[in-house]
Amino acid sequence: MSKRIDVKDLNVYYGDFLAVEDVSIAIEAKSVTAFIGPSGCGKSTFLRTLNRMHEVLPGARVEGEVLLDGDNLYGAGVDPVTVRSQIGMVFQRPNPFPTMSIRDNVLAGVKLNNKKISKGEADALVESSLQGANLWNEVKDRLEKPGSGLSGGQQQRLCIARAIAVQPQVILMDEPCSALDPISTLAIEDLINELKDQYTVVIVTHNMQQAARVSDKTAFFNIAGTGKPGKLIEYGNTQNIFSNPTVKATEDYVSGRFG
Amino acid sequence: MSSTLTPVRSKRSALTKGQLPAFAPYVVLAAALIIGAAILALIGFNTFGWGIVSALLFAVGLVSWSAMVEGSRKAKDKLATCLVVGSFLIALLPLISVIWTVLVNGLPGLIAPGFLTNSMNGVTGVYDNKAVEEGAPVIGGIYHALIGTIQMTVLATIISVPVGLLTAIYLVEYGNDGRLARAITFFVDVMTGIPSIVAGLFAAAFFFAVVGPGTKTGAVAAVALSVLMIPVVVRSSEEMLKIVPNELREAAYALGVRKWRTIVKVVIPTAISGIASGVTLAIARVIGETAPILVTAGFATSINNNVFGGWMASLPTFIYTQILNPTSPANPDPSSQRAWGAALVLIILVMILNLGARLIARIFAPKTGR
Repeated sequence: MSKRIDVKDLNVYYGDFLAVEDVSIAIEAKSVTAFIGPSGCGKSTFLRTLNRMHEVLPGARVEGEVLLDGDNLYGAGVDPVTVRSQIGMVFQRPNPFPTMSIRDNVLAGVKLNNKKISKGEADALVESSLQGANLWNEVKDRLEKPGSGLSGGQQQRLCIARAIAVQPQVILMDEPCSALDPISTLAIEDLINELKDQYTVVIVTHNMQQAARVSDKTAFFNIAGTGKPGKLIEYGNTQNIFSNPTVKATEDYVSGRFG
Repeated sequence: MSSTLTPVRSKRSALTKGQLPAFAPYVVLAAALIIGAAILALIGFNTFGWGIVSALLFAVGLVSWSAMVEGSRKAKDKLATCLVVGSFLIALLPLISVIWTVLVNGLPGLIAPGFLTNSMNGVTGVYDNKAVEEGAPVIGGIYHALIGTIQMTVLATIISVPVGLLTAIYLVEYGNDGRLARAITFFVDVMTGIPSIVAGLFAAAFFFAVVGPGTKTGAVAAVALSVLMIPVVVRSSEEMLKIVPNELREAAYALGVRKWRTIVKVVIPTAISGIASGVTLAIARVIGETAPILVTAGFATSINNNVFGGWMASLPTFIYTQILNPTSPANPDPSSQRAWGAALVLIILVMILNLGARLIARIFAPKTGR
């Protein structure tokens, strides 16, 4: 239940502004791929093109191909809604739906789409998703309480449970730990390690130690200067990127000399 | 520092020295009231003047005492507090005065038997003359006007809320600030400023042209009222939809939820409490309109339950005609009593609406408990 993503010659625009230029990358199924790089280099923008969330913003568009197991996400007639139901996303700030209980938040992907589901199936889905997000034991006694009453780390894990409840092929994470304390961060990192048994995980992070800890492969993005497009500088096994990078800019970045 | 403060200061820590004691405002207030009363006694006492003079004395007294003891920063703080509280009281004054006047004048009318259950059908000047001259009970009531107001307002709400809410959804979710969206915003702003009588004339002229000359029904009035309501509903709903965080929309999109479902099931529920209170405010704005109803629904003294046919009374037009054309020109007091009673009912209706809006807001508000 996971698919690989191949990106070919992708250019990402905001209106006329070229934000990310000419990215080609192959993301393996059932692995964790980390995107690192300085602020504003386009890694979050690029991540959002992988499930067509980029085009939600007015004027945003892309050129090039993103292949999910060979099918082009940007092909003619492809419904972005179908894409997004296969490629889930977890955002930087935890964003549970404030009007829903914990249980309804997990079931949001099902209920908002008006899919019929029996109570037994719903209970099983809630439990398995929350188990999958390592949150079940903490919230099993208060499933009917509002999701916004949880702590930041729990909310983020609730958002992950919500994302895996729709059984996606790929999970994108946009700096999922940047608003969390170290203990919650550890919980999420453990979770990412478990998720890769079943899903393809792509994570954007500012924290290089985190990238080194959780990812199998790492992509380094950089930007030449303000107003210039971001580019993929180097992509390879995490081990190599951090210990033996081939490009000087990568070495400077991972060793903390700039950025 | 004056020696009178010494005993108090001995109890204080060094950190709180140089401050006025906690009871200082009350002392100044008492002194201001007494001196104010004395000054007013010299020039002729009245309560209003006493309040004004005492408030001024209080502000001057407290600020100058504070300036002497605490220094200029604290004195400015006290001055600002006096100004803020004073403005609040001034703003509150007309409100309390209105409620008080309506209560005092309206209660006799409201508790008169049959006031809420009878119409004015068959009530003539003869009965009013009897009521004044022989002490007979004042008969006649507002049932027909109450029915009319409720029917017209409900119909106007049924017309305005879908139009207004859908317009707001277009503006916020689909308009992208394009040419059409900006044009709509502009015309909604223009509509907000339409005088209500013009809205009434529009509705009257529209129905004269479409249905036939002289068409005056509650429905025409409802159309006139919805012309006034729609811009208010659009504006308030638009503001409420705008403050729904974009993150929630993105979260729903990322789950593979369609845009219209996201709007219906995530955006609107999140904003519903604000939208509900905006709608209530819009209703409160039109429920007291008089002029547009007079030119569109005419006026009736008997019960008309059909909002689509025949002239109809409403509470504001009832008040207007009772005051302007008393049932008995020789003895206008019973009419005036009925008018005040109707005014009280109108205020109570608006208050119920406001309480209802708060209730709705509380029921739908995003939950935060643990």
